[in-house]
Amino acid sequence: MIEVLINSGLQLMLLLLVAPLLSGIIKTLKARLQTRRGPGVLQSYRDIFKLLRKGMVVPETASWIFSAAPYVVFCTATLVGLMIPMTTTHAPLSLFGGVLAVIGLLALGRFFLALGGLDTGSSFGGLGSSREMTISAIAEPAMMLAIFTVALGANSTNLSEMAKIAVTQSWRFLAPSQMLAFAALFIVLIAETGRIPVDNPATHLELTMIHEAMVLEYSGPYLALIEWGSSIKQLVLMTLLVNTFFPFGLSSDWTLRTVGVGLAVYLAKMILLACMVVLVETANAKLRLFRVPELLMVAFILGALALISTFLF
Amino acid sequence: MSMFPVRAAFELGIAVYLTGACASIASWQKPALARYICCGTALTGASLEALAVVFGILQGSPVHWSVSSGVPLFAYSFSCDALGGFFNLTLAILVIAVAIYSFGYLKEFEGKRNIGVFGFLFHLLLVSLTITFTAANAFLFLIGWEVMALAAYGLVAFYHEQRESRQAGLLYIIMAHADVGCLLLGFAVLIQGSGSAEFASFHAAAAHLSSGRQSAAFVLFFLGFGIKAGVIPFHIWLPAAHPVAPSNISALLSGIVIKTGIYGMARIFLDSLGGVPSWAGLLVLIVGLISAVLGVLYALMEHDLKRLLAYHSIENVGIILMGLGAALIFRVAGHPLLAGVALIAAMFHTLNHAIFKCLLFLGAGSVLHSTGTRNMEEMGGLIRPMPVTAFCFLIGAIAISGLPPLNGFVSEWLTYQSLLAGFGVTGSLTRILFPLAGAMLALTGALAAACFVKAFAITFLALPRGTKASHAHEAPRSMLVGMGILTGACVTLGLGVTWFLPVFNAMTDQLLGQRVVANLITGSGLVLSAGTPRSGTVSTAIIGAGLLILLLPATLLVSIGVRRFGRKSGPVWDCGLPGLSEENEYTATAFSKALRMIFSVLYKPRREIQTVFDVSPYFPKEIHFESEIEPTFEKRLYAPLQEFIFRFSTRMRTIQAGSIHAYLAYIFVTLVLLLWFGVRK
Repeated sequence: MIEVLINSGLQLMLLLLVAPLLSGIIKTLKARLQTRRGPGVLQSYRDIFKLLRKGMVVPETASWIFSAAPYVVFCTATLVGLMIPMTTTHAPLSLFGGVLAVIGLLALGRFFLALGGLDTGSSFGGLGSSREMTISAIAEPAMMLAIFTVALGANSTNLSEMAKIAVTQSWRFLAPSQMLAFAALFIVLIAETGRIPVDNPATHLELTMIHEAMVLEYSGPYLALIEWGSSIKQLVLMTLLVNTFFPFGLSSDWTLRTVGVGLAVYLAKMILLACMVVLVETANAKLRLFRVPELLMVAFILGALALISTFLF
Repeated sequence: MSMFPVRAAFELGIAVYLTGACASIASWQKPALARYICCGTALTGASLEALAVVFGILQGSPVHWSVSSGVPLFAYSFSCDALGGFFNLTLAILVIAVAIYSFGYLKEFEGKRNIGVFGFLFHLLLVSLTITFTAANAFLFLIGWEVMALAAYGLVAFYHEQRESRQAGLLYIIMAHADVGCLLLGFAVLIQGSGSAEFASFHAAAAHLSSGRQSAAFVLFFLGFGIKAGVIPFHIWLPAAHPVAPSNISALLSGIVIKTGIYGMARIFLDSLGGVPSWAGLLVLIVGLISAVLGVLYALMEHDLKRLLAYHSIENVGIILMGLGAALIFRVAGHPLLAGVALIAAMFHTLNHAIFKCLLFLGAGSVLHSTGTRNMEEMGGLIRPMPVTAFCFLIGAIAISGLPPLNGFVSEWLTYQSLLAGFGVTGSLTRILFPLAGAMLALTGALAAACFVKAFAITFLALPRGTKASHAHEAPRSMLVGMGILTGACVTLGLGVTWFLPVFNAMTDQLLGQRVVANLITGSGLVLSAGTPRSGTVSTAIIGAGLLILLLPATLLVSIGVRRFGRKSGPVWDCGLPGLSEENEYTATAFSKALRMIFSVLYKPRREIQTVFDVSPYFPKEIHFESEIEPTFEKRLYAPLQEFIFRFSTRMRTIQAGSIHAYLAYIFVTLVLLLWFGVRK
C-alpha cells in the first residue's frame, strides 16, 4: 500500500513535469527542421504558467458541462498516466486498470471535451467536436487490434504484465507481427494526439482545425488544465507505444542504479520517438478531412495483418 | 434463516398485478384514482416479485411447482431458478422505477386519455413478462409470450388517433407473430423428442435428437427469439414501435421486452438444448457483431431522440449476443470457466442495458413531456430549465457509451476479455474472428460515444433552437425520483460491481455446472479480474476514487487562479459579426455529417438543396434543404417481401371464389388428406 502510494507520487511528478517538456521538445525540433529558431523547449511550461495567471472568460451560453470538461480531461489523462509503466515495469496502478481502462478513460476525457465544445453554442466548437469524435471512432478499431496483438502475446491486458513479458524477450520487436502492430499504433498515435497529417496543433483555420476548434472558447486556468492534460495524454500514448514495443531499460527492481538507468533510457526513447513524430509532421502536408479515414484504414489493415502473423510466424 | 416463502410471494405479486389490471379498468371514469391504482399496484407487485427473486437466489435452490390443468401437455408449471430469477429481478427494478415515474407522467393523460385502459394493458404486460420468465412449460411460456405481444401492441398503438402509432403497432404485431410462429415450430421439435412440454424434460431429450433436428430447433429458436430481441435484419419493428409508445412504455419495451429474446436464447440454447454446435455459437457471435455495428451506425443518423435510443437497443442487443455467442462456443470447446465469464458478460450487460436504456427513455420522456417534441433539432439548452433530467440523462449517456467507471464499461470490459480469451482456445481459422470482433466492439463503443455526445449536447446544451425548447420546464418530482433510482443503479453497479457479481454464481452453476465468480474477484474484493491468472484486471471503484483524488489539486489550481485573477462571463466569439444566435449552432445533422460521408456506402445519402434568390446567388432569400439516408433493410429486404406476399395473396384469391360448394369441397379434401396421414402413421 505504502509502496503503491510512493510509486504513484513519483510517477505523478514525472508525468506532470515531463509532459510539457516533451511538447516543447517536439515544437523546437520541428522548428529546427524547418530552419526556424523555435520558442525553446521550456515554452510549454511558460504557456501553462502564464495561463494559470490569467483571468478567465466563460461564455454566457455555457452550462456547468463547459466548466467540468477541463477537470475531466486533466484527471483522466493523469490517472491513465499512473496505469502505464514509464521507467519501471511496475506501473503504480496497473492492477486497477489495464489497457482497456486506459482507452476507456481517455475516451471519457474526449467525451467531456466534445460536450464542452458543443456547450458554447459556437459553430467552431461543434465542428471540432464532430470531427474529433469521428476520427477517434475510426481510429479506435485499429488501436484495439494493434494492442490486442501485443496483449495476446503476453496473455494479458494488464500493462505491467505486458511490460514484464516484453522485458524478457528484448528482440521480440523484430517479429513481423510486432513491427506491423507498431506501425499501426504509430498511425493511431498521430491521429489521437492531433498531429499532422491528421490535425495541425498550430492552426486556427476553421477548415483544418479539430482539437483547437473544440477548445476555442476556453481561457485562463481552464485552458491551462486542457493544455496540460493534452500534453499528458500525448506523453501517455507515446510511452505506451515505446514501452510495449521497445521495453529496453525498464527497471524491474528498486535499486538506485536501475531506476536511474530506467529514467535515462526512458527519456532517450521518448526523444527518439519525438524525432520520428517531427519527421512525419515535417515531411507531410495535412490531409483533407475525408482522406483521414483512408489513413486510419491503413492502420486497421496493418493491425489485422499483425494479428494474422502472430500465428503464422 | 427460515425459508422465505418464495412461491407465496411470487403468486401474491401476480395477484397484485392482476388486481391492478382489473381495478384500473374498473376506475376508468375517475382518472386520478386510476392513476394511483395503476402506479401503486405496479409498485407493490414489483416489490413482491423482487423479494421473491432475491430470496429465491439467496436460498440457492430453484423453487419449482406445478399445477396440472387437465389438458394434455399443458400444466401450470413455474420454476423460479437462477436464470429466470435474474430476468425477473431486472424486470422488478425497472418496474419500480417506471411505476414511480408514472405517478407524474400519467398526470397529463388525465382528461385526455383513458388511464384505466392504460393501466389494464400495463399490468397485463407485467404479468405476462413475469410468467414468461418463470414458466417451466412450453405452452405456458407461449401463452405468456403471446399475451405480452398483445399487451405491448395495445400500448404501442395507445395513441391510436395518430397514423404513425397505428402503423407501428401493425408492424409490431406482424413481427411478434412471425416470431411466435417460429417458436411454436421450435417447441414442436423439442416436444416431439421428449413427449412432454415441460422444460425440465427437454434437456434429457435434446441429447437424443438427431443433429439435423437439433440444428432445425436452433435455427427456429434463433429466428423466433432474434425477432423479439431485434437483431439485424429483424430489427425494423424496434425503431418504429419504441418512439410512438408512451415514454414509460418505451422504457419497458427497450429495457425488458426485447430482453425476453435474450432470456429465451439463454434458456433454450444453454439449458434445454444443453449446448449447441459450434457453428451455431459462431452464428450468434457474428449476428451480434453485425447488429452492434449497424445498430449504432443507424442510430448516429437519427435526430428523433426516441428513435435514436431504439437503434441503440439494437446495438446493445448485439453486444449481449457477442457475449452469449462466445459462451456457446466455449461451452462446446470444453471451457466451462471461460463460458462462465462470457455468460456473465452477456447477462450483466443485459441488466446494465436494461437499466441505462430505461433511464434514457425516461429522460427522453421528460424532455418530450416538457417540450412536446421528439425532434432534437428543435431542442437545445434544456440543461438550464431541466437540470436534474439533464444530469440523469448524462449519467445514462456515459454508461451506455461504455465509459469508465460506470456499469456499461464493466460489462463491455468482460465482453472484451472473453473475446480475447477466445483467441487461445479455438481452432486456427475461427480464432482470428475473436480479436476482430473485439476491434468491432471498440468501433461500436467509440461510435456510441459520438452518438451520445450528439444526443446529449444537441438536446441539453447551448441555446434553445426554438420556442418549444425555450419554454421547457423541469419534470414533476416523482418522475425525477424514478430516473434518480436508475441513475443510482448505474453508478452503484459500476463502482460496486465486485459486490454484485456473486449473484451470477447460481446462474453459471445452473447452466454450466460451475461457479466462476470467485475467479473474477481479487485484490481484497475491489478488483475485477478476467478469470484466468495473469489476464487483465480492473477496478472501477479505484478508478472512481483516483479521479476524485486527482480532482483536488486541479480544483485548487483553478480556484487560486480564479480568486486572484477573476472570472467573468462574456459573449461567444462571433467572428466579429454581432448577434450570434441559435441559428448559428451546430445541429444533429451537421454533427453526424462527417460520419455520413465516411460510411456513405452504407447510408447512400441523398440530399437536395434549392435556393431562391432575387439578384445574386450569393444572397439567397431562402434555402430549402432536404437530406435523407436510404433505409436499406426496409427497401431491399422488406419491400420485396411485402410485394411477394401481396402478389401471392392475389393469386390465392382465385381459389376463394365465394361459392359454398367449393368451400365444402376444400373441407372434404382436407379431411381425406388428414385421415390418410393419420392412418399411414
